[in-house]
Amino acid sequence: MRAASKDRSMELQKQMIADHYKRLEEAPATGEPVVYTFVPGNLTELVRSFGALPVLPEINALQSGMRGKSGEYIAAAERAGHSEDVCTYVKCDIGMLASGNIGPTGTRLPKPDLLLLSYTGCYTFMKWFELLREQYQCPIVFLQVPYQGEGMIAPEHRAFVVKQIEDDLIPALERISSRKYDEERLKDALRLSASSEDDLVAVLESAKKRPSPIDAYFGAVYYVGPIFSAFRGTPEGREYYRSLREEVEERIRLGLGPVTPEGPLDDQKYRLVIEGPPNWTSFRQFWKMFSDERAVVVASTYTKVGGVYDRGFRHDAGDPLGTLADYCCGCYTNLNLPSRIDLLLDYIREYEADGFLINSVKSCNSFSAGQLLMLREVEKRSGIPGAFIESDLVDPRYFSAANIKNRLESYLQMLEARRAATP
Amino acid sequence: MRLQEDDVSKRSEIVDWALGVAEDLDFGIAREWIAAEPGRRACGYLPVYAPREVILGSGFLPVGIHGGGEHLEIIRGDAFYQSYICHLPRSVIELAQTGRLDFLSAVLFPSTCDVIRNLSGMWKVMYPGVYVRYLDLPQVIAEETGGRFWREQLASVLDDLCALAGRHAAPDDLREAIGLCNESRRTVRELYAARRERPWSIPTEELYVLLRAAETVPVALFLEKARAYLAAAEVEPGPKKDKSRVIVTGAFCEQPPLGLIKTIERAGCYIVDDDFLLGNRFLTVDVPCDGDPLDQLARAMLTGSVKSSVLFESSPEGKRRLMKARVEAARADGIIFAAASFCDPALLDRPMLRAGAEADGIPCIAFKFSENSGQFQQFREQAGTFADSIKLWGGE
Repeated sequence: MRAASKDRSMELQKQMIADHYKRLEEAPATGEPVVYTFVPGNLTELVRSFGALPVLPEINALQSGMRGKSGEYIAAAERAGHSEDVCTYVKCDIGMLASGNIGPTGTRLPKPDLLLLSYTGCYTFMKWFELLREQYQCPIVFLQVPYQGEGMIAPEHRAFVVKQIEDDLIPALERISSRKYDEERLKDALRLSASSEDDLVAVLESAKKRPSPIDAYFGAVYYVGPIFSAFRGTPEGREYYRSLREEVEERIRLGLGPVTPEGPLDDQKYRLVIEGPPNWTSFRQFWKMFSDERAVVVASTYTKVGGVYDRGFRHDAGDPLGTLADYCCGCYTNLNLPSRIDLLLDYIREYEADGFLINSVKSCNSFSAGQLLMLREVEKRSGIPGAFIESDLVDPRYFSAANIKNRLESYLQMLEARRAATP
Repeated sequence: MRLQEDDVSKRSEIVDWALGVAEDLDFGIAREWIAAEPGRRACGYLPVYAPREVILGSGFLPVGIHGGGEHLEIIRGDAFYQSYICHLPRSVIELAQTGRLDFLSAVLFPSTCDVIRNLSGMWKVMYPGVYVRYLDLPQVIAEETGGRFWREQLASVLDDLCALAGRHAAPDDLREAIGLCNESRRTVRELYAARRERPWSIPTEELYVLLRAAETVPVALFLEKARAYLAAAEVEPGPKKDKSRVIVTGAFCEQPPLGLIKTIERAGCYIVDDDFLLGNRFLTVDVPCDGDPLDQLARAMLTGSVKSSVLFESSPEGKRRLMKARVEAARADGIIFAAASFCDPALLDRPMLRAGAEADGIPCIAFKFSENSGQFQQFREQAGTFADSIKLWGGE
């Protein structure tokens, strides 16, 4: 049996993250400007072209969840008057701030010089940064990204985003960095982005193989980490994705499955598609429920919140601001419900999935509202039964392991019975 | 006096009419309006704000869909939503699934929150024969960006509705609609001003049903009823009581049950400002009837929209100052933060608004409701204690 050893890409990612947070900690001394922004619709290439460092509060929140800190942070926010009904990412972030703002690597996070409110696919983002502005008293740029209500990016919507970048965002970045906008620098970054995106898509699409060499949900949340956060358009990011792709291609060559926290999953019994974000507070336990049943996830929608690259989008250095607008408009949570249903159906077909599962998280109405209809529609149109489980992003009070395990096992038994009944 | 008796009778007649319309989950008046002439159509809209001028200008009857309230048993709606989603979309789905919204040829879903946004997609899937449109309200207030974006959306909705109706909307059609909506908003403002000055004369339980009825009837009919009501309230002001003046805020989308409004008032509070049915006064200024109508509508949205949780607050001090400004304008003694359970916009805003109010020494309480809340004892106790505490210690 293969040991669960660390791949080079994992080491690279760990180092990249450690270096980034170190730079963030030192930013007040080095003078590097700091920009807080969100994962969907993040404009990392543009931000970094001004020498600024991005901070992504959702990443900090999920990391707090994985480190077992989110419960106390959420409690701190609720004591301060935040409702138990609202997004726990927000409360985790507010609580972390109130508790000293120590980031995932144990270093202190700097105050933002700019809040870049990329309003992409989530209403709560607006309130989140209004709340942070109260705390930090710093400038904020609102970048409105039109929702794809009609299932497409209209030319005028693209122009609207470009115009805001030109009129509002670039001047704000120039002010905080004391640098002029350098389009060539941005183009260089976008080329690196496109290269990383090619490699990421190759990795994600490797799950079409049998056995799948990756887990496209539990494993892939690590794979998308660099490209969804501070490293898209950087040489380190490109290096990471090259290494990752090579490792996955080697696994394909050897006919191996992914390495889970419990060991390799070469013998795969169920191929699943998952909709919705994972639970972070019991992430390993959650993953183990699947690997114990020899279920591998072959495609997921959550890994598209920072860009739906597998449907063809690539950052295009030939149209630097237009491509940023296209990117923002195209993120998964910015797609309307019919488009999300179509994507799930495509995944089930393309990845020859046995079933699909929705993990509905309490915190995120952007994802969750409408998921029960999605379940029924996908079942109806694919002829495949689906499963529905409920948890939360980072609130440990909403992860009921026994309930989730019970539902998952029952669902997989049903798939097994269905398989047995199929000639 | 004979005149007073007539006015009392007239007033109670109007309130009864309004209550009947507000509680009519089959939207009888809207259906009658459609049936009265061939080719008539209705366009529904969800909270909070939709441009009624564009709906009217394209020949449709605007119909506000504000949920089923306390009188609708939810049987099918719950099958569409998890327990942690607010109540409004369940009852809207219930209304639709029971055929009560089948008279709508079009439905607009404004960008109030992600639940209403996603409901637009659900509607597309479930009712493919209905024109469904998600409306992204402009969040940036520069004319070149937010203004242009909003104007394009207005033009697109207008074109689509006109195509659906098989007609062309001339600029004068839109101007006429703008004039009518201006008049409606002025009348709503007049009602609010009258209540602010004489809350004993215009109880919110009456004002609310009148405005709820206004959401589903032709504008001209609302104006007739509202004017008659104002005149009757002027003649028969009722006795002034020693109550605390409060603002109720946070109920701009899912509406509180009428029983909750009555409970607050009967517990010793005069509601002197609120954000119920906020869309009917979302534009605080008259939209000019000259020039390009869509330009004027877009400009009014950028420069004259009400402060609300559904729009980005561009001023860093805006949230902290808002409640003080509202309290001063209404000469209120305190604030009741009343939000629907699981209402992201209201509940995420609340800490900022409350912190600002409390920093200014304004007494506040907070609770959550649901449109179908049926037990009011806890609200009575909270509101009653609040009113008493304001009387005993307010201003200290």
